[in-house]
Amino acid sequence: MAKKFVGERVPRVEDQRLITGRSQYVDDIVRPRMVYAAIVRSIYAHARLKGINVEAARRAPGVIAVFTGEDVREAIGPVPVASRLPDLKIPRHPVLAVEKVRYVGEPVAVVVAEDRYQARDAVDLIEVEYEPLEAVVDPERAIAEGAPILHEEFGTNVAFVWQLSGGDIERAFRDAEVVVSQRMVNQRVIPVAMEPRGVVAEYHPGEGQLTVWTSTQIPHLLRTQLAAMLGLAENRVRVIAPEVGGGFGSKLNVYAEEALVGYLAMRLGRPVKWIETRRENFLSTIHGRGQIAEVEAAVKRDGTVLGLRYKIIQDVGAYHQFFTPGVPTLTGLMAVGPYKIPHVHFEVTGVFTNKIATDAYRGAGRPEATYMLERMMDRIARELGLDPAEVRMRNFPQPDEFPFPTASGLAYDSGNYSQALRRALELVGYEKLRREQQVLRQQGRYLGIGISTYVEICAIGPSPALPFGGWESATVRVEPTGKVTVLSGASPHGQGQETSFAQIVADELGVDLSDVRVIHGDTAIVQYGIGTFGSRATAVGGTAVYGAVQKVKEKATRLAAHLLGEENVANVAFEAGQFFLKDRPERRLTFQEVALAAYLAKSLPSGMEPGLEASYFFEPSNFTFPFGAHIAVVEVDPETGEVHFRRYVAVDDCGRVINPMLVDGQVHGGIVQALGQALLEEAVYDENGQLLTGELTDYAIPKATDVPWLETDRTETPSPVNPLGVKGVGEAGTIAATPAIVNAVVDALAPLGIRHLDMPLRPEKVWRAIRGA
Amino acid sequence: MIPAAFAYFRPTNVKEALTLLDQYKDEAKLLAGGHSLIPLMKLRLAQPRYVIDLGRVRELEYIRESGDQVLIGAMTRHVAVETSDLLRQRCPLLAETASVIGDAQVRNMGTIGGSLAHADPAADYPAAILALDAEMRAVSSQGERWIRAEDFFVDMLTTALQPGELLVEIKVPALPPRTGTAYVKVAQKASGFALCGVAVVLTMDQQGVCQHAAVGITGVAPKAYRARAVEQALRGQKLDASVMAAASAKAAEGIDPLEDLHASAEYRAHLARVFCRRALEQAHARI
Repeated sequence: MAKKFVGERVPRVEDQRLITGRSQYVDDIVRPRMVYAAIVRSIYAHARLKGINVEAARRAPGVIAVFTGEDVREAIGPVPVASRLPDLKIPRHPVLAVEKVRYVGEPVAVVVAEDRYQARDAVDLIEVEYEPLEAVVDPERAIAEGAPILHEEFGTNVAFVWQLSGGDIERAFRDAEVVVSQRMVNQRVIPVAMEPRGVVAEYHPGEGQLTVWTSTQIPHLLRTQLAAMLGLAENRVRVIAPEVGGGFGSKLNVYAEEALVGYLAMRLGRPVKWIETRRENFLSTIHGRGQIAEVEAAVKRDGTVLGLRYKIIQDVGAYHQFFTPGVPTLTGLMAVGPYKIPHVHFEVTGVFTNKIATDAYRGAGRPEATYMLERMMDRIARELGLDPAEVRMRNFPQPDEFPFPTASGLAYDSGNYSQALRRALELVGYEKLRREQQVLRQQGRYLGIGISTYVEICAIGPSPALPFGGWESATVRVEPTGKVTVLSGASPHGQGQETSFAQIVADELGVDLSDVRVIHGDTAIVQYGIGTFGSRATAVGGTAVYGAVQKVKEKATRLAAHLLGEENVANVAFEAGQFFLKDRPERRLTFQEVALAAYLAKSLPSGMEPGLEASYFFEPSNFTFPFGAHIAVVEVDPETGEVHFRRYVAVDDCGRVINPMLVDGQVHGGIVQALGQALLEEAVYDENGQLLTGELTDYAIPKATDVPWLETDRTETPSPVNPLGVKGVGEAGTIAATPAIVNAVVDALAPLGIRHLDMPLRPEKVWRAIRGA
Repeated sequence: MIPAAFAYFRPTNVKEALTLLDQYKDEAKLLAGGHSLIPLMKLRLAQPRYVIDLGRVRELEYIRESGDQVLIGAMTRHVAVETSDLLRQRCPLLAETASVIGDAQVRNMGTIGGSLAHADPAADYPAAILALDAEMRAVSSQGERWIRAEDFFVDMLTTALQPGELLVEIKVPALPPRTGTAYVKVAQKASGFALCGVAVVLTMDQQGVCQHAAVGITGVAPKAYRARAVEQALRGQKLDASVMAAASAKAAEGIDPLEDLHASAEYRAHLARVFCRRALEQAHARI
């Protein structure tokens, strides 16, 4: 019996090269005669460009060229937006600003020099003449009377209004015994991938091919867009995503610099490198979240939630990036969460502000939905004097109600929500903790228990739900020696699919894990694919791999039958890497022998092509809906407002698990990012649109010492949507943990009459709330 | 994050360093552990034409006892201060303070002299240096002088060091018997610098009466300061929780606290009072 890999804690095959520093990131790429680009960025949030004097920079040592927006406006198409909504206002978004700048950090000009020092020095020599305009930073102000308008052609800062309704919301509020409402701010946060963005581009005039190495999550989609922006045939553009040092959605995009550096390489006939600095990363890579919400719940006294009404303002930023308008629609789709809430009305108004665009950041719209809803469930429990766990239990659909149709129009694939919550309550010792909380309160100590039950929409997604196809592709190629090469259209960047895909293939073909190599991220090697985001790579990409390997097995079995002289293919079994006749098991061939025979092709069944490889494009019939329950236990220091963790319990159900270690890793990372938003992180701008938290010395992301011991557990409810039964887990922690932590803090402060606090719950904010209580 | 051009020197002894400093004067910057200077240079907020790297001036890396004093070379890394058995026995306050500076990477590179000379208002050492009545030895081509801790910190990012002077040594007293010390800090989460850090030295007599109390506070004001009113309220008293709490209420007296993105003036003053009390309680418990 061959070793089984699926379900095992297989160490990541990626780790050796990462840990020993032998992986290749964009900045590790060096091409002959390569030159360096540096970008002049707007220092104003809103200003008219009166003139740009580049003469001194052009004459500076080592400088090869300087380009401004006027120089390239004809040559490079605008930065694209993929998401579409009814009446969506799409302003022209040039790669270098023309006439106006609309956020601090907007690219204004680019310098190319022999080395990166000379390029950076020349940036300081470029004189940009601005006529500053009043900036608008706060999205509520941006839609108020008399606010400065970012894009004059629209006469308004409203970029879109999108609504979603299910059931009869008026009826819900008519039938309500109690109405609970709350205003909540889901603050702007900055993704801060460890590796900032970076691009190397090289043009081969002989082949007419542009090769672009870029730190991206979507090499194929990017290739299509770059070809359009640069006026090239798509098959003359090669995009390579080398090692990508974290994305979290921030590299699920098409950025101005990617087209600009490609253009420079063609125009100058030399390879060009641009590496984003951390400062630029803060200013000009997309931000996440940025929603202001008014939420109203219609409830019965027993805790049953009849309906939810959401009115949301989404801070868009100055322009749309690739998915900007689509992100809050995911909030709407998930507006009823894991609950059987029959009536919902959701309205989001997207608003232009003088800031970098918001776009998909780990969870992309779903953390916002879960945050609002889980805060509301706690508010409802408090209002009605019920236990927050009990209120949740009362509103869950039962396991036999799946596939569960939601008021927001989705069909949740499978689930057992109460089981996950019960498990989490058990693990944390809920009853005992509640008793301890009572005792501590008598002593003036503030212990808080925060529950969050969530469902997320993953495996994004069926093609009708996406602007560019929601399937994923795979090729499984068995080499003549029996080694297996997998080409995946997904583009993992830290998630570990080189390992999990190899596990799937090794089990199916009965080969060793080390016999399988997974290649991704190079459009010249890998067939078209969609990429890695939305917790889709395993559920959609992994299923594509699974589908391709079935086709390989089917062909290999037919060939084995032929080689074994068996006419009845059904009499051939394939187990543990060996083909044999079921009635004469001594007649057998190894997988490697069959692979070689497929290539030598000396004797093939009639009509069979030589070779042994297959491709599979998997189109999912639905999303998947992972779920779970997280519980945070904190103690608040009433003197300082500091929040100290006592426990953190996470029970996640992501369907069938390919590699528990990878799942744990994803859950850990997600919780840590959620903790960052709950307690530490916030993109703070001043009224002039200057980013005050523009450095890692001012913008706090969690450090290892900020993170409590994470007690993870799982329930396993397979998804019926794909044959692997997997659901996806990349964003679960980010979605679940933020409200768990905030609920815990608010629960701790409940005796003081505190009902809500907006994130981040930094000590001073908590201290002021306590003092004001 | 690419600095402007600069010329780089790497002297191997104090004499060479002073010669370079005399030659380039205020166009030169001294580089010790680099944790303040290099980020400023990368952001081009500092653009020195000459950088004099003291990293190879090995004669400034030491911790040694001299009578009832401990002498520390200015280029001693935080990690060496943190882990020094000598300091842990004779002056544990300094080792404790070093142990909470930044993170392990910072402590492996940063130096006590570099930190003190930079005089960041939220650095950790100044609180302890003040509470210990430490002295700093500065040398120049003209000679050398000792500077008392209270004279050393002049203002935000400004010390008593004159152009051409190099901080070479820090002298802290070995603590007398019946002395307890503590450094308690709340960090600004992004930078690791102190939003408030309080260093306390308490010496009691045989009867349990406070003979000596010194409280240094950093992070709260434009420069670290001695909380004299707190000290006065403790001296000559038998210390119990209420005495220490009452004294701590004076921790921000006469201070104009800093206000920035990370904390208001009001909160900083409040933290000074809370952490002063906690530091006193801890130091008292350690006697």
